[in-house]
Amino acid sequence: MTRLEGHGKIEIFLDDKGNVDDAYWQVTELRGFERFCLGRPVEELPRIMPNICGVCPSPHNIASVKALDDLYEVEPTPTAKLIRQLHYNAFMVEDHLLHFFILAGADFVIGPSAEPAERNILGVVAKVGMEIGGKVIEVRKRCREIIRYLASKPPHPEGGLPGGVSKGVTEEDRKWIRATADLCVEFCQFALELFKQIVLENKEYLNLVLNDAYKLNTYYMGLVDENNRLNFYEGKCRVVDPKGKEYALFDCHDYVDYIGEWVEPWTYIRLTHLKQIGWNGLNDNEGTSLYRVGPLARLNVADSMYTPLAQREYEAMFDTLGGKPSNHTLAYHWARLIEALQAAEHLQRIASDPLLTSKDIRNMALKLGKVGIGCVEAARGTLIHHYEADSDGRTTKVNLIVATQHNAAPICLSVKKAATEFIKGPEVKEGLLNMVEMAFRAYDPCLGCATHALPGQMPLEVNIRDHSGALIRTIQRP
Amino acid sequence: MSKPKIAICWLGSCGGCDEAVVDMNEVLLRVAGTVDIVLWPVAMDFKYDRLKKMKNGEIVLSVVNGNVRNSEQEEIAKLLREKSQLILAFGACACLGGTAGLANLSTREDIFNWVYRDAPTIVNPNGNYPQTTSRVNGKELTLPELYNRVYALNAIIDVDYYLPGCPPPPYSVMYALSAVLENKLPSEGSTLAPHRALCDSCDRNRSKPDKISIRKIRRIHEVEAAPDTCFLAQGIICLGPATRDGCGVSCVNINMPCRGCFGPVEGVEDSGAKFVSTMASILDAESDEEVATVVNQFVDPVGYLYRFSLPVSTLRKKQVDK
Repeated sequence: MTRLEGHGKIEIFLDDKGNVDDAYWQVTELRGFERFCLGRPVEELPRIMPNICGVCPSPHNIASVKALDDLYEVEPTPTAKLIRQLHYNAFMVEDHLLHFFILAGADFVIGPSAEPAERNILGVVAKVGMEIGGKVIEVRKRCREIIRYLASKPPHPEGGLPGGVSKGVTEEDRKWIRATADLCVEFCQFALELFKQIVLENKEYLNLVLNDAYKLNTYYMGLVDENNRLNFYEGKCRVVDPKGKEYALFDCHDYVDYIGEWVEPWTYIRLTHLKQIGWNGLNDNEGTSLYRVGPLARLNVADSMYTPLAQREYEAMFDTLGGKPSNHTLAYHWARLIEALQAAEHLQRIASDPLLTSKDIRNMALKLGKVGIGCVEAARGTLIHHYEADSDGRTTKVNLIVATQHNAAPICLSVKKAATEFIKGPEVKEGLLNMVEMAFRAYDPCLGCATHALPGQMPLEVNIRDHSGALIRTIQRP
Repeated sequence: MSKPKIAICWLGSCGGCDEAVVDMNEVLLRVAGTVDIVLWPVAMDFKYDRLKKMKNGEIVLSVVNGNVRNSEQEEIAKLLREKSQLILAFGACACLGGTAGLANLSTREDIFNWVYRDAPTIVNPNGNYPQTTSRVNGKELTLPELYNRVYALNAIIDVDYYLPGCPPPPYSVMYALSAVLENKLPSEGSTLAPHRALCDSCDRNRSKPDKISIRKIRRIHEVEAAPDTCFLAQGIICLGPATRDGCGVSCVNINMPCRGCFGPVEGVEDSGAKFVSTMASILDAESDEEVATVVNQFVDPVGYLYRFSLPVSTLRKKQVDK
């Protein structure tokens, strides 16, 4: 057997009757950022950490800068905070939209059982038309122009300093930024309408979303502000149980008390779980300690959205799905679009703020402490950077909790559930296998968080084995 | 005539180089119409069987990003070499080892011990570590072997061309692709980026004093760097003099100094050594003590000088390989 898939694979084992016995999603890579950052001047980390992931580098950059604020006991100036959030929301819009149009797009727009050859960006463009395809490219390009303007290269942002940012915004540039924000709001609204037309008005798809094969009864985690509204940039970490009741509300400085990382010999990724409940294995039964993060988790955790248009969509979503929380994994796609709309509305707000163009972009009152912890909601979920430094400001300790780790165990479980439902017997039809992969893709997994990339998805190998472990079939997929 | 076959593939990478290809935007759609992309794991259907069945040399160009850290990546790199007429090492990781190449400052054991045993959030009562082969509920699961060090691509296979950058900017990607498609390539082994140093296209160079002399090294967070003045003249470490041009001066444009992602200028093997010689010429220090004082302010020279290039530097690895 050759394995050339890249950074992750799924192994599905069948029993002697040909039904699914077990399924594992494995992460095949490790790079060791937590170790090789030791000894580096800590102010350089916001420039190194984005290399963890070139697809979601902005969250790593911002989480890192926030950890430095904390380490240097400094509050960024109001303008600096606006600029960081401008960068951040621009990232959220483009990342979320691209995921919908390329990934979910392929599954829903073209159809879950469509031929693999059609299930890519070209297929999506063919279905929705070049005009919309062109708009997707346009929105992405313009959001990334904002990132380039503030932070150098979008796949590797380099800006960010403790207490501020390295570059301000001019009054002249505010104009195109505002125009981009308007375009984003308009396009996100359009995307939500498209989702409703394509998925919700199609009974077959809606049933798929509500199918038990795509349901997982886990806890959920995400950041909320002081009014329990969804916040990407800051706030407290809230955890709700599978029924939606608040389980914990904690400051990110206390993350070690709440989050545990379990180690298995069959994957390089560590499986996070709620530490105080304790590791109870890969299951979502009563007593589970597994939780999920990312768009659906954040909507489940928050009492409301931060912006009005997104709030309306949030209410509509939970109405359709039968209330909060929603445990339907495929609803991640819907939640993702609602979040993109919040990010776009927030972009508008920031672009209109008089403080945005102030020259007061650095607070220089730095006082080096020992520990700095920064937490943001990355596109794919809660991201924590924890640094410690010596009296010279050199890094002595780094601990990172990345979004895909939180979802790693639930992904294994989701894959197993979907496989159990859709694979019966050794003859596996292409369309059915895609139904299994859909369980995986809903999370928009980003490995290590190194390997999800645009315009597609994580390359994936699925191996199906009989009860003796012999390989029956291997399928590679985008 | 059939369209030329092209492969785009990642090894040990962050996905940012693939994003850089996508950042060509509409141009990418046009290019996609003139070539046959036979492999692009990130974006398209991934038929490696098709790749294996291809004739040797059937692929005109393989654009390979990422470094090599495990057995699987080595396997893919070798297969691509076999099937491709030309290999383009794409991005800092493939060309130079990249930031993840700083992992050569740690051993594999050290990384494993932290990541799976000592980190404050670890719960590992069974003392598990990832294994290349393990049995779970009677089933055998395998993982690639993580090597003890990180390699740039040319340590594993022959590389024909190089395009550095973290990631390479979209226009340089277009330039490289059109050079191949129009058969206007420079001599083999070339780096497809300007030969000169970044300073040569940096606007701040114009306002630079004739002779820079620094008495104190300042770290970037300690000062409010003037937006138009040469960083080195302000005492801030900027790798511009030792780094190849081609990035569009994008970090300097946001008032952050260069960290060297384009690697050494033409004809220089070790950009760190080159920068040290630059430093020596601008230090305003007479006595040994004065020199020592300034040099001591230069914390973490390895992390600055080899941020992107440790695996290809003369240092390469903390400990001697077995």
